Amino acid sequence: FRIMAGKVKWVTDIEKSVLINNFEKRGWIQVAENEDWNFYWMSVQTIRNVFSVETGYRLSDDQIVNHFPNHYELTRKDLMVKNIKRYRKELEKEGSPLAEKDENGKYIYLDFVPVTFMLPADYNLFVEEFRKNPSSTWIMKPCGKAQGKGIFLINKLSQIKKWSRDSKTSSFVSQSSKEAYVISLYINNPLLIGGKKFDLRLYVLVSTYRPLRCYMYKLGFCRFCTVKYTPSTSELDNMFVHLTNVAIQKHGDDYNHIHGGKWTVSNLRLYLESTRGKEVTNKLFDEIHWIIVQSLKAVAPVMNNDKHCFECYGYDIIIDDKLKPWLIEVNASPSLTSSTANDRILKYNLINDTLNIAVPNGEIPDCKWNKSPPKEVLGNYEVLYDEEMAQSDGPERDLRSRPGQSTGAKGNRARDVGKPVLTTWK
Amino acid sequence: AMLDPDRGLSLTIARVVQRLQGSSLHSQLERQARVSLHKPEIKLESLKEDIKDFLKTSGWEKKLQNAVYSELNVFPWLCHPAAPPEHIKEPLAYMRKAQGSWEKRILKSLNSMCTELSIPLAQKRPVSEQKELLNKWNEMGTDEPDLSLFRPVYAPKDFLEVLMNLRNPNYENGEQPSFRNHLGLIQVPLNVKDISELKEDFSELGLNIGQLGIDDSAQVPPEFFENDHVRVGQKVLAEQDSAAAQQYVRQGCPTALRADLWALILNISNQPEDILYYEQLKSNVIQHDLLVDSLIYKDVKLTASNDDYYFVFEDYLYQVLLCFSRDTSVLEHFTYSSATPPKSYIQGKLGMEEYAVFYPPNGVIPFHGFSMYVAPLCFLYHEPSKLYQIFREMYVRFFFRLHSISSHPS
Repeated sequence: FRIMAGKVKWVTDIEKSVLINNFEKRGWIQVAENEDWNFYWMSVQTIRNVFSVETGYRLSDDQIVNHFPNHYELTRKDLMVKNIKRYRKELEKEGSPLAEKDENGKYIYLDFVPVTFMLPADYNLFVEEFRKNPSSTWIMKPCGKAQGKGIFLINKLSQIKKWSRDSKTSSFVSQSSKEAYVISLYINNPLLIGGKKFDLRLYVLVSTYRPLRCYMYKLGFCRFCTVKYTPSTSELDNMFVHLTNVAIQKHGDDYNHIHGGKWTVSNLRLYLESTRGKEVTNKLFDEIHWIIVQSLKAVAPVMNNDKHCFECYGYDIIIDDKLKPWLIEVNASPSLTSSTANDRILKYNLINDTLNIAVPNGEIPDCKWNKSPPKEVLGNYEVLYDEEMAQSDGPERDLRSRPGQSTGAKGNRARDVGKPVLTTWK
Repeated sequence: AMLDPDRGLSLTIARVVQRLQGSSLHSQLERQARVSLHKPEIKLESLKEDIKDFLKTSGWEKKLQNAVYSELNVFPWLCHPAAPPEHIKEPLAYMRKAQGSWEKRILKSLNSMCTELSIPLAQKRPVSEQKELLNKWNEMGTDEPDLSLFRPVYAPKDFLEVLMNLRNPNYENGEQPSFRNHLGLIQVPLNVKDISELKEDFSELGLNIGQLGIDDSAQVPPEFFENDHVRVGQKVLAEQDSAAAQQYVRQGCPTALRADLWALILNISNQPEDILYYEQLKSNVIQHDLLVDSLIYKDVKLTASNDDYYFVFEDYLYQVLLCFSRDTSVLEHFTYSSATPPKSYIQGKLGMEEYAVFYPPNGVIPFHGFSMYVAPLCFLYHEPSKLYQIFREMYVRFFFRLHSISSHPS
């Protein structure tokens, strides 16, 4: 029974209808930033200000924001890789079975990020790796940009001379973070459907990092390239073949504005079951869930687990032709623009379900709550990993029903648990 | 007069034998029999029995069974030997007439479009164009031909209107609107099965029989039905028995086995000669341009590629439909279809039968939505010649009934 049952006061600096419609349908009241607010859906620039040393301010118990202060540990390409590498080394040091390596020195369970180097810092290390496979293709991505901006492919060292660290002049020039790039091994054997390359966009909601509690949105989607995939070197410059970001594809000749080249994840699942069989499809989706959880565990120790925060990430994953999923990047501000009617509905529902979990009952929040929503409010989310639940239950619970299992008809019942279950999901 | 069942059976056997004689299966069986002579288990004293046993254990008898089963499925076998061919197509005179008028309308529409646009029904492609088409054979979807002048020959709603206006002249329905003619769009009295007959025909849908899609939902433990059913499905596939497969899928088809089961039921095995046949059709497409090709392009762009959800297999549609239009083996199905393929005459030889050709070569004029027959199959089959054969078989067995006026009970 609430004594102060007032309406939630909201602010946003992102003018998108899918957001605003959701606030209004809950009867929330729009206020300005300098007024007393309960809920602020902010852009990543704003969160930086709120938590910065100079301009920041303390949030009170009835205020919630949609980003963690240092989300960039996960959402900046270079920091994500750094944290994952650190996490793997730590596990290796403590002798965890998760960090097991195969005869080639590759991690069996934790090799889910393509080989990546920071430039210019790791330039020499990169050159060493490049020379091992001189016919390989690499993808250059600016650390601080999104929507496919500034990305290009290279297959010759000469193409990235600019980032070479050997020149004496560069050591004293401070590279602004905008010029920092990551270079990753390009996955040139993506799984193709109808001859076309695609990637997966999955939404993951994190309500707390310690203990880790995260939810997977069941309605993710595949984004297709509109042009047939060819790994030939002549097509390296044709970004429409290689990049699947909707922002890039939208300008291709073939882009049909009626459809945005998207498939639902359930379509993908059905297709893979029909063409590859149920077992390998289940295994693929298990692995996708696994790598998402591992990426969150990797950054959990360094995340500022501020109780006022939750975050909805956009995970970009590519599946190769051996049905191995690769984590490409994580977005803190997944696009809320809609390219089609179906898209608009999906994003509206995404925000709706997110708000139902983050702001229980649509009432004025209290940060001291235990962040454990009842099952009924999850909507299209399902529990991906709940650290508290995983730790409190015994080993039997783990084997019977691993949390966050698939949305398929049968979930995990007759699944082959090749991985050491007892230690992994805790 | 009632057909004597024995005579009917021997006629059917004779027909099936005639159909399979000289087929590649026949020559393969002969070759297998000859090869088996070298085997130690074949003895001269019991030659016939031993060869039969060999064919059984090596799976060749099963292939023959499947071929016979296929023939029985496709051709009607309960017809009177004295029945004229037009009765095999459609026994009811008024329906034959309606189908005939409908076909005249379609052909008129096609011909007038042809005259308006002064595009020939068929023409040979210049060599440069042939090369270009061959190069982009795998991505015809990226082609942007100007189709603004073309319009579909007809749409499903036009056909529905024809069906709604069908009347049996022997049936006095009266001019006055009455209870009888007020209900339902279709006003022809056809004998349909009643509830008890349907219950028998669809007995596998009974409440006490497992069905995929119902008894494999998330709440039901898979041990109750799903696991066993999938196991049986795998066994059916291993046995390669068409009839068993058709019976099996009455309780539902597991997603992972669907492609193989459907191919087995349709008796499609994608032999080298089938692949060769498809390649020949493809070269026909490269060499000659048909007017209906533009209709196909237009249809694909208007329907399959115009969906809210991205249809990623657009290119396959062209690879199937363009070949399909040129496949004269499809003409065979007109013996048991109520439809008749349209005829066209070489320029200047109108009415002279020796200069008549079927147009398009397969006798099937594509209409608005035709590509949707192919679209779902693209999710199961990716090898072009296999996809092609599956579609063609589905069409000559089932889909042709969806756009012809007929009293056939199916």
